[in-house]
Amino acid sequence: MEVRYYNQERLLLFKVTEEIDECKVKKIRRRADYEIERFMPKRVVFDFNSVSFMDSAGIGMVIGRYKQTTMLGGKFELTNLTDSVRKIFEMSGVLKLIPEVNLEEEFSGTQKEEVI
Amino acid sequence: MINENEMKLEFLSKSNNEAFARITVAAFVASLDPTIEEISDIKTAVSEAVTNAIVHGYEDKLGLINLRCKIQDRKILIEISDNGKGIENIEMAKQPLYTSKPNLERSGMGFTIMESFMDELKVESVLGLGTKVTMSKVIKETQKNDEVTLEEALRG
Repeated sequence: MEVRYYNQERLLLFKVTEEIDECKVKKIRRRADYEIERFMPKRVVFDFNSVSFMDSAGIGMVIGRYKQTTMLGGKFELTNLTDSVRKIFEMSGVLKLIPEVNLEEEFSGTQKEEVI
Repeated sequence: MINENEMKLEFLSKSNNEAFARITVAAFVASLDPTIEEISDIKTAVSEAVTNAIVHGYEDKLGLINLRCKIQDRKILIEISDNGKGIENIEMAKQPLYTSKPNLERSGMGFTIMESFMDELKVESVLGLGTKVTMSKVIKETQKNDEVTLEEALRG
């Protein structure tokens, strides 16, 4: 998982790069909670662009971080949902609770992009 | 001639075997030319069943998990069994959002996902002896025309 913090926006961005299952979720959870408590961000965004697999472990993980972020006064959002990830979040009602955003659009021009 | 194939796998109830099991099944099914969505559905269902065996069947103690796969024509049958503690009330366990371990952020969606991602799901369990999950899915015949795809790819 890659973590980025945008100071000006107080935005904490988690780019998940591993497969999300019961085995991997413990590590993601520990890291995310640590960073959220460290930065106390106004916004936390989970990016699923590089997630090649997710099972129901992802539901609990996302709801848990949503609770933690909102408890500390921040907003929690999801971005770049792949088809398979969306299917699981839709089925479990996660998307009724947690908003989906498009950061590329929001920060066009201001965000540091990697150039190939 | 009917297309038939079969495989059997036995592995320890370690959580890094969740990925091993689903990737192996995905590779086994590949001969049926499934779509990305079909493969993803099957991998997810296998992951849920294996996770259940590890977390609930053996409760993180070590035991053996058996996985059997059969291909019959365009149907894939998957059987995942453990010799763990068994499920007291299968109907309750299958309810969406029901979990016997709510403390660890478990969503209780495992059986619901298996049920909706596969065509059929059967759960058998005997307390103290173990649980067997059987599921199946028909892989649809898809029209494949490589030339058009290549052309489209070049144009795009």
